[in-house]
Amino acid sequence: MRVTIDESRCQGHGRCFSIAPDLFESDELGNGRVLGDGTVAADHERHARLAVANCPEGAVGIIEEA
Amino acid sequence: MAHLPVVDFATDFDHTDPAWVNDPYPIYEDLRARCPVAHSDRYGGAWLPVQHHDVAAIANDHEHFTSRNVVVNEGRPGPQAPPAPIGVAPPITSDPPFHQHARRLLLPAFSPKAINELEGFTRELCTDLLDGLGDVDRFDAAVDYAQHIPVGVIAKMLGFPPEDGDIFREFVHIILEGVDLPFEERIATFEPVGEYFEAQILDHQAHPRDDLTNFLLNVELNGQRLEMRHVFGTMVLILAAGIDTTWSAIGASIWHLARTGADRARLVAEPDLMATAIEEFLRAYAPVTMARLVKDDFEFEGHAMKKDDWVLLSFPAANRDPEVFERADEVLIDREVNRHAAFGLGVHRCVGSNLARMELRVALECFLARFPDFRVEDEAAVTWARGQVRGPRTLPLLVA
Repeated sequence: MRVTIDESRCQGHGRCFSIAPDLFESDELGNGRVLGDGTVAADHERHARLAVANCPEGAVGIIEEA
Repeated sequence: MAHLPVVDFATDFDHTDPAWVNDPYPIYEDLRARCPVAHSDRYGGAWLPVQHHDVAAIANDHEHFTSRNVVVNEGRPGPQAPPAPIGVAPPITSDPPFHQHARRLLLPAFSPKAINELEGFTRELCTDLLDGLGDVDRFDAAVDYAQHIPVGVIAKMLGFPPEDGDIFREFVHIILEGVDLPFEERIATFEPVGEYFEAQILDHQAHPRDDLTNFLLNVELNGQRLEMRHVFGTMVLILAAGIDTTWSAIGASIWHLARTGADRARLVAEPDLMATAIEEFLRAYAPVTMARLVKDDFEFEGHAMKKDDWVLLSFPAANRDPEVFERADEVLIDREVNRHAAFGLGVHRCVGSNLARMELRVALECFLARFPDFRVEDEAAVTWARGQVRGPRTLPLLVA
């Protein structure tokens, strides 16, 4: 599983990096940024899904990988 | 006040009506079932969508709607008003593409990192306010506590004298609550606001220091310093948007906890719930309703909107839409899925959202540490702000 942020939709609500600080961080403007390549360790999958479900702009996504 | 009582909110709504001020949520619910886009001839023509998807669509539609004025009142921006795209208080009154440049200037000052640096000051401010209450068994949580917190923080950020808090609150009242005055009277009430800010700008030019006012005076946009009306407008925005809103969020959260013993006890016992509790208070009691003006005649979902009609963008109504939120009318402090729009949607997302969240969290943490047990002394004595910002203005509590 990998997380993504659609920069064209992100408005800096800050929900992703508050809920899942192991997967996201804030950039200097307060917009969300994926940490590393976005790979989600198994024990962070729940936080990844919550980040998606809480983004008011629908900017956070998940790519399920086989 | 100036307006006749509303009989039917579907055809004649007014956000200064006592019924709305006292409890707007049943009104949204009623309109959601009947309209769901209400209209009023008041304020020269106004619309009120109450569904989340309509609010989101309008917030993201800069082709048909302008932010040139975002406080619904009897007037319209006149020919002498600052023109689009800057507007009177950039960036909230600015439209794309200018908006993003004015906004980008401000964002670093309100980033999570910058706001973290204010947490210690905020905690000290809250602790001092609570210590100052002494050994009380009753006090007003809005008047004696909530209202002072954002005033202190914003005064520090702008570099204004902290003892001018009463002046700031009066300005905010003029700008946000005096909306049903005849237009000329409303404009006349702005005069002391202008004089105060002018004096602060002169003082900061003569005695520069490290604060937001001097930042705005020095910062460059496209290689040039900001026009003075831009500096002035942004300072007014930071003051107006930074005080009433957060004061309301803190007050409404304390009001909820004062009336809901189970949530209060649970938050004291399980402080890890603070993160979801804060988002839930922001959803359920979202303080801010925004507004747009219709740019030109056009049809929105079958409604013939006219140029210069107002649209109230009710984030509080969107946040209670059962299409988007399960058990939308219940306050669940452990709600994990909460895509609320308390800070708006789209490019105008509240620039101060990180600051507001920090203030709300610190204010509640300090309050619960000092008063784990409290309740509303007299429900009838609780009063609410009128207009587009909603929160308790008097909140008498009994404390254990």
